[in-house]
Amino acid sequence: MAGFPYFPQTDEDIRLMLNRIGVSSLDDLYADVPADYIYKGEYDLQDAMTEQEVRSFFEDLASRNPRLTVFAGSGAYDHYTPSVIPYITQRSEFLTAYTPYQCEISQGTLRYIFEYQSMICTLTGMDVSNASMYDGPTAAAEAMRMAVVSGRKKGTVLLSKTLLPHVRRVVETYSRYYGIKTAYIETLSGQTSADGLKELLCSGDVAGVLVPSVNRYGIIENLTGFADMIHEAKAMFVLYCDPSTLSVLRTPSEWGADVAVGDGQSLGIPLCYGGPYVGFMSCRKEYMRKLPGRIVGQTKDAAGRRSFVLTLQAREQHIRREKATSNICSNESLMALWVTVYMSLMGPEGMKRLNDICFERSHYLYNELLKTGKFREVFPGAPFLKEFVMEPLTSVSGLQKRLYDAGFFGALETEDGYVSFCVTEKRTKEEIDRLVATING
Amino acid sequence: MNKIIEGLKYSETHEWVRVEGNVAVIGVTDFAQKEMGDITYIDCPEVDDELEKGEEFGALESVKASSDLFCPVSGVVIEVNNAVVDSPELVNSDAFANWIIKIEMSNPSELESLMDASAYKALTEK
Amino acid sequence: MKYYDKLIFELSRKGRTGFSLPASSSDSIGTETLPAVLRRSSAPALPEVSELDVVRHYTNLSQMNFGVDTGFYPLGSCTMKYNPKINEEIASMPAFQGLHPLQAEWTTPGAKAVYEGMDRALAAITGMKHFTFRPCAGAHGELTGLMIIREYHISRGDLKRTRIIVPDSAHGTNPASAAVCGLEIVEVKSNADGLVDVNDLKPLLDDTIAGIMMTNPNTLGLFEKDIRRIAELVHEAGGLLYYDGANMNPLIGMVRPGDMGFDVMHLNLHKSFSTPHGGGGPGSGPVGVCARLVPFLDLCVSGFHGNFGVILRAYAYILMLGKQNVGMCGKLATLGANYIKESLKDLYKLPVSSICKHEFVFDGLVNDGSGEGKEGATTLDVAKRLLDYGYHAPTIYFPLLFHQSIMIEPTETESKETLDGFIEVMRTIAGEAAANPDILHGAPHNTPIGRPDETLAARNPILKYQDGCDC
Repeated sequence: MAGFPYFPQTDEDIRLMLNRIGVSSLDDLYADVPADYIYKGEYDLQDAMTEQEVRSFFEDLASRNPRLTVFAGSGAYDHYTPSVIPYITQRSEFLTAYTPYQCEISQGTLRYIFEYQSMICTLTGMDVSNASMYDGPTAAAEAMRMAVVSGRKKGTVLLSKTLLPHVRRVVETYSRYYGIKTAYIETLSGQTSADGLKELLCSGDVAGVLVPSVNRYGIIENLTGFADMIHEAKAMFVLYCDPSTLSVLRTPSEWGADVAVGDGQSLGIPLCYGGPYVGFMSCRKEYMRKLPGRIVGQTKDAAGRRSFVLTLQAREQHIRREKATSNICSNESLMALWVTVYMSLMGPEGMKRLNDICFERSHYLYNELLKTGKFREVFPGAPFLKEFVMEPLTSVSGLQKRLYDAGFFGALETEDGYVSFCVTEKRTKEEIDRLVATING
Repeated sequence: MNKIIEGLKYSETHEWVRVEGNVAVIGVTDFAQKEMGDITYIDCPEVDDELEKGEEFGALESVKASSDLFCPVSGVVIEVNNAVVDSPELVNSDAFANWIIKIEMSNPSELESLMDASAYKALTEK
Repeated sequence: MKYYDKLIFELSRKGRTGFSLPASSSDSIGTETLPAVLRRSSAPALPEVSELDVVRHYTNLSQMNFGVDTGFYPLGSCTMKYNPKINEEIASMPAFQGLHPLQAEWTTPGAKAVYEGMDRALAAITGMKHFTFRPCAGAHGELTGLMIIREYHISRGDLKRTRIIVPDSAHGTNPASAAVCGLEIVEVKSNADGLVDVNDLKPLLDDTIAGIMMTNPNTLGLFEKDIRRIAELVHEAGGLLYYDGANMNPLIGMVRPGDMGFDVMHLNLHKSFSTPHGGGGPGSGPVGVCARLVPFLDLCVSGFHGNFGVILRAYAYILMLGKQNVGMCGKLATLGANYIKESLKDLYKLPVSSICKHEFVFDGLVNDGSGEGKEGATTLDVAKRLLDYGYHAPTIYFPLLFHQSIMIEPTETESKETLDGFIEVMRTIAGEAAANPDILHGAPHNTPIGRPDETLAARNPILKYQDGCDC
């Protein structure tokens, strides 16, 4: 079609093709559609733009978003993205490929997913990982359904009140329509209350328990005794984790969890207003066949060459249809590649050093903020890694506005009226000092 | 030709039952294993599970298919054949020699509703 | 493509690094100061490699992959159209990538404009009132749309509507999405023309029916002509109509689901609106609703605002399309599908011969070469042989209505020369099958690996790398 770069058909092509089909016009191809369903008006779209106009259009939109220095986390973390990652993930062989059903021409995709699964397993200590899911909250919701499916006849899941609110909301939505009851475990000193958990487990109807590893206050939870309690009640223990921190923190496996879920965004994926991110989900071997989502496995071809395929597919929607326990039919493949390249570059040493830097700088900010006299400690002595909350002694909206005007995004308000700050390795000491100076006025 | 053995009871969902006193030994038929192709996994109940006649008690999986198993008689699971759980290909090699579960029947009269070999043969040749 | 047999772990050498981070200061307080009970006992077994190791390894992996930029995908129901490069540039603009999802709306006017612009454009193209952009994929959109249907009935106190009608030709995700939404599936049969059988539908409609899920054109590529009657019947019975937007491409610029009486629908931005499939994601599955369902639209089905990066790409495509080009999208896709169908129907069995929309289904070869103890060539064999000739395979063994389904969808971005090349190869393969089906049984011959042993993979699952394990 003349003048449009994505439609290659010339008038002559169209004529020849219509001839072969045996109709005289393109409209004849819609003869089976009742005439009054053919849209006759002009589509309410803007005039077609040239590529240059499209670029200017978005440059204009982009310029309306002020660039802020991010001191906020709460489920989306501003870690640095090494330039190798977009370079690799933009390779069209990865970017424009379909789901790797035709394994003979998809070994690239299948191999990096296998590597991804291996890396998620070593981070979490779990035996099996799926090929990734939409995001952390949906992975958590899928894990809760998995708990109920595995738990036979039991229909309640317990959620810690210290989970990030967006995780709780998504689990609530999924549970409501599948018919799962949810109950909340109380908080004690900013952590999931073990006594609260014990009490709720007594009902006998609990199929699964979801607790964060690092919680919405930034506190690293001490989950000693949780696994025993949960397993005694024959329930599934699911831990919601920030995978970046797992390179130094006690693993879900070490805590005795059965399933680990979370969002891979912290592994170098840009904030990008919330997506695309990548949910991860891994579990102990016993639950392998209950794990939702795609899984890649290793095998051989007839010549004995190491080969990779999508495997254990009998669990999935295209085979089990209405009997499937998940409807997921894709993964976030390219984002799984993203975090795989990230972890390859970082290695164990880089991941450790990254967390040390976050730790050091966030503690520096914590102390500097206390010195301003404008905050009070909420959970003194509670261990944190890169994120923490404080009680503001001034108006939150005034504080946020002042930060915004100085080019910062931080002091996110929690449900209980605290403000949270997050410091990643991207934040320099100079930026931290400027943030504190802004607050000091 | 599908192998069918005289003297066993058969369900419409292709399970066979061999009666040993009050115990029902249950497997899947040769017809079922051929329909599935290479069986890669057998999902089984646990010992002491109570099952109703017609209840789903597990599943056979192959690379491209999954087929649920239905309990032909009510009762309590007293044994699971770990050999076939570990090597599901045994069912492909001989579906009648390799049983899947044994059940202590709670209502042996249910056996009467199952088919005999000739009725089952007729079903598979339809 | 050439076989490359490394995993990144096998390149690892202790002490090698691919990162660039500031050194810790000597008096630094690190994570070692955390209580021991909170720390992991040993470092994760991640690879230790240099930057070049990483770049070369993944470049080598990429060379075992086929993509739209490599060649043609005649992949039914997947709409593998060209992914414009300007879209990638837009999505990677730092002013979009740097936005934190919890920023207040007044601090993100540029992002707000993107969502509003997309909402208006999709409403115009589909005839729906408004869209939510939170679903991250097509199946996720289906689930969200069904939740909206349930919420609508619940809000009216109509609690017994927990069953949903799904045609036997539906995509596998339809019944699976319904099941995880707590709905019971009622299957409606297709008639001999491959369309939903209105007579079979009527007796199913009672006051327990929440709605019906329809794909139109359906998975045979056929327009459901009786859609008006179906919509009337379902609405009269108090149910709602769900439109599976996986097959929206032929209707773009021609027919609007909202005008056909659909109440809820999803779109696959990675199909109809040109965003890349990425080897299986990320996608985006916005859900649109009619006016009376707008109050139920704001369901929290994902963490934040959906896959913003994907939405940006689709918006760039729609701006290029504009009102001048939108009318040709569906027509050219339909032209291509019918052209291939007419060019091959003498060699491949065509169960339904009417005009198709964007895709159609063959039921195997006319002459599969079987006889005298020779096994004939199957649909799988044809698909694998296509790989040898440099084409992706079509969708196979779906829909389930036929035993040897080969489902072909070319999309509007493929030229007549590309389609002619594909037709010629399909004819060559049919000839090979008739003469010597063994050539096909052994295919593919020219790919980095041959057909792998999938039974072995499922019986002895090896799902992660284990050091020293050659397996």
